Amino acid sequence: MMRALLFAASLFAAFNAAQMPAFAIGSNEALADPAQEARARELFRQLRCLVCQNQSIDDSDADLARDLRVLVRERIKAGDSNEQVLRFLTQRYGDFVLLKPPLKSSTVALWAAPFALLVVGGGVIALRARRRARPAPAALDDAERARLARLLADDERPRT
Amino acid sequence: MIAETGHFALILAALIAAFQCVLPLAGAARGDQRLMDSGRTAAVAQFLFITVAFFSLMHAYVVSDFSVANVVQNSHSAKPMLYKIAGVWGNHEGSMVLWVLILALFGAAIAVFGRNLPHELRARVLAVQGMIGLAFLLFILATSNPFLRVDPAPMDGRGLNPILQDPGLAFHPPFLYLGYVGFSVAFAFAVAALIEGRVDAAWARWVRPWTLAAWCALTLGIALGSWWAYYELGWGGFWFWDPVENASFMPWLAGTALLHSAIVVEKRDALKSWTILLAILTFILAMMGTFLVRSGVLTSVHTFATDPGRGLFILALLLIAAVGSLGLYAWRAPGLRTGGVFAPISREGGLVLNNLLLATATATVLLGTLYPLLLEALDAGKVSVGAPYYNLTFVPIMAPLIVAMGIGPMLAWKRGDLPGVLARLRIAAIVTGIVICGAILLNDGPLMAVLGVGLACWLFMGALSELAERIRLFRIPLRESLRRLAHLPPAAIGMTVAHVSMAVIVLGITASAAWQSERVLVMAPGDGVDLAGYRVTLDRVEKVPGPNYTAERAAMSVTRKGNVVTVLRPEKRAFVTPPQTTTEAAIHTTWLADIYAVIGDPVAPKAGEGGKAGWTVRLYHNPLVPWIWIGAVIMVVGGLISLADRRHRVGAPARKTRSAETPAAGAA
Repeated sequence: MMRALLFAASLFAAFNAAQMPAFAIGSNEALADPAQEARARELFRQLRCLVCQNQSIDDSDADLARDLRVLVRERIKAGDSNEQVLRFLTQRYGDFVLLKPPLKSSTVALWAAPFALLVVGGGVIALRARRRARPAPAALDDAERARLARLLADDERPRT
Repeated sequence: MIAETGHFALILAALIAAFQCVLPLAGAARGDQRLMDSGRTAAVAQFLFITVAFFSLMHAYVVSDFSVANVVQNSHSAKPMLYKIAGVWGNHEGSMVLWVLILALFGAAIAVFGRNLPHELRARVLAVQGMIGLAFLLFILATSNPFLRVDPAPMDGRGLNPILQDPGLAFHPPFLYLGYVGFSVAFAFAVAALIEGRVDAAWARWVRPWTLAAWCALTLGIALGSWWAYYELGWGGFWFWDPVENASFMPWLAGTALLHSAIVVEKRDALKSWTILLAILTFILAMMGTFLVRSGVLTSVHTFATDPGRGLFILALLLIAAVGSLGLYAWRAPGLRTGGVFAPISREGGLVLNNLLLATATATVLLGTLYPLLLEALDAGKVSVGAPYYNLTFVPIMAPLIVAMGIGPMLAWKRGDLPGVLARLRIAAIVTGIVICGAILLNDGPLMAVLGVGLACWLFMGALSELAERIRLFRIPLRESLRRLAHLPPAAIGMTVAHVSMAVIVLGITASAAWQSERVLVMAPGDGVDLAGYRVTLDRVEKVPGPNYTAERAAMSVTRKGNVVTVLRPEKRAFVTPPQTTTEAAIHTTWLADIYAVIGDPVAPKAGEGGKAGWTVRLYHNPLVPWIWIGAVIMVVGGLISLADRRHRVGAPARKTRSAETPAAGAA
């Protein structure tokens, strides 16, 4: 949906960000087949420009991003599926290149935590609500009433 | 000399803040009225001295005093006056001075306008404000002094980053800081209440206007930032889940939760302990944003030059604030008496659900922002967390929240009647069903778009149904309904407006994300291209001089069925100091969509391959994208309407004992 483009417009753009997004996609680079090009663009949005700061290669003007775009287009042209392209790049550059972190042991917490928190939070709230909203006690029967009278008679401490 | 005055004023402000931390606290503990009142004097004095410091720094910028290091690094004599002034907070040191100025402004406002607060509470609140002020003043003086001189003074400055030379800089940071720092008041109230060991409806009523004001400012600050990014960056995007955007978004989410839970404290005397915790966490998240931006632990263009010294200092402050306040919370909160009981299906229950979802959303954004840092610190590999992650986690958490937003406000306090409420929402449900069917038929984008449109419609209709219910529309004569509308408490109308604005924003985000059209191509003068029913023709490209840059400006005429709609004039500006180019997008808005054009580099035909000469051009058609910012403005208006409610007015007559359970007992 929204691209992980560097939002340099905030206050504190550092000077080292000198390569501002001029144009990432030189149209001369584009693939001839529109379907393939659309796939390439979709992949660009999932891939991080490694030398940039949190930018996808779709949004970056850096040389490395251009090289990666060329690489992705080459792989697509060679007939790779999207998964194959991503696997190829991950083997080369590690998980860092993926803007969507893969699910593995080190990222289980990242993916599971939001939903775990929801469940745990909901559980805690439900438990507390149940503890608090006990059903109104039913009317006492005769035996209970007798026991209550006995208890009250025994009890010497004043109740507040 | 003026710079030294500013420096000296800042030192004095720090000394005053030191007194402000101690004296009122001691006064409140001993019941000594004079000591307690000293806090008010100190708060006002602190504000005055920081104002002197701030304007001394501004003076150095306005007259281009290049013997001040901060001015040399961030200004230039040829810069337009607006950016000389706004440039004061366009850098780390200056923005910290603005930060403490706003903090002191809030402190002084409590001292001056908080007349009917209980004296002990006010004294303690001011003491906590003093502590925050002292910490940040020491931070400025020790690591980020903007008044340091350079000798010899250079002939000219190094200039401000051209991306920041935009009216956006004048407004975005001040509003953002008003929001961040405004939450310090809620924090101070929470800590003061913990010291006192008492939280009641009156406390909630006092803390709500401050929270609401801060929330409005933060909403506006974030919206301005995203709008600025949209038109300045030349990518047609408005939110990028950049860590620093997240840093401003987390306090907003937590602050939104706080606004809602404080309602429960005020009306029903419940959720007290949780509300206190939220008030603490909201401000800690705001401080954490400051830490992330300024420490260099995050790689982002937002971040200031990386300086471990500053980072450590702020980290230490953050830890002291977090450990101190949360420790106090752990110690004192169990002693808070729990108040009103309520059934799960009730207005309170709805607000609890709101808080659960918003808190989870906040935690998700926090996790996504910090996870790469955590993994790296543990040496467990490097990962990136970008938009695809948030689309899969944040969005599914927000969707049920929006469904609940349509229902919650119609539930009664204590024990709600869900089937009854759903029956009263049947018109909303029918309209939503029709809209969803229409969206399925017409949608040529992703399926998510249908969901977004459905949610927006449900929320819109739900909010209106609630209002109609309140004024008994069509059930009593219309004139009577209008009379009821005029007599609704502003807080109730504010809630409806704010909830409707959320529907507008959801629709804007959905439509612009799902149905954007894009053309990227090389155009020579005379070339035309079709874009979403329009035809865009590049007429010419010419060189235009600016005050401190030269621009290549294109003229592109946009026609629809042969009629000229507009001429777009996107620019590419080349600045000299510092050497950098920026793109100035040209945007034509119809309020239903934006046509967005950016011009890039000239392209020469490749030797041997042929190809075309011309300019790279990027064109977008962004449907409903203006609604995102219109929605944000409506949201702020909703907040302000609610703020106008007498019951929230800071100076309003103490408390009314009249039951709050009149039909007017609104929310938001």
